[in-house]
Amino acid sequence: MSRKLLISCEEATSICNKNQYGEASTWDKIRLGLHSLGCVHCKTYSTQNNILTKLMGNHSNSCSNSGHLTDEDKLDLKKTLNEKIKKVN
Amino acid sequence: MSNDKKHTLDPNKWIALYADYLFNYAIIRVDDHDLAKDLVQETFYSGLKGMANFRGQASERTWLISILKRKIIDHYRKINSIKGKKEIRVNFYADGDNKGSWIEERVPATWGDNAEQKIENEELKITLDDCIENLVEKYRIVFLLKTVQNYETEEICNELDITASNLWVIIHRARQQLRRCLEDNWFKK
Repeated sequence: MSRKLLISCEEATSICNKNQYGEASTWDKIRLGLHSLGCVHCKTYSTQNNILTKLMGNHSNSCSNSGHLTDEDKLDLKKTLNEKIKKVN
Repeated sequence: MSNDKKHTLDPNKWIALYADYLFNYAIIRVDDHDLAKDLVQETFYSGLKGMANFRGQASERTWLISILKRKIIDHYRKINSIKGKKEIRVNFYADGDNKGSWIEERVPATWGDNAEQKIENEELKITLDDCIENLVEKYRIVFLLKTVQNYETEEICNELDITASNLWVIIHRARQQLRRCLEDNWFKK
């Protein structure tokens, strides 16, 4: 890990992204905080990134992936698998 | 002794016993109904072909899952090697004096003072879904596993056979792209 205190915007946004998952180190957070003091763009980015995280939190409550196998799907699977089983035997 | 009990395979019961389980396992990881179904189908085929290799140490279900896991990694490798069809726009200068700084026209615009209060909104959720849908497949999968399914970094890396730094680069780009997409399609309007 880099020891330098001053980081670029690209590094700052990277740390900010990690931080959304609680996976930024203390050292990284210090550097991000310091960077954001002097950088309005990264500060804006951080605020919006937090909003994105909140939105995704709601998202996970409201969305349940693309459903489950329908009966039709299963018939389909069964038909083709049975053909293969016959071939094997 | 139960330890001596050998597990056996019965392909005639696979669909009834494991189709849903395998499908649920796959859909979380590929986020696409038809693809997940295909992967389950392929898993059963490979299982049939590989029946002779089954030594009965693991349960039938564990054995099938291990096949499915490999199918998912193979799929992921495949999409990884196809260069993203959608262009990934760069937000930072790659070299020169400004290396790592925001490129001027890519700077985040403010979303207004009360942006935070406006997030409880159905249309915004739809916009966000569209934005996620527009991510390149591998970004979408990694982002959703990490953010919605709350998987550990290590777990995702193992399952998709990528390194942690790969993962963070993908998350970084996905979030940058989503931020931009929300700005263009929602907050600016």
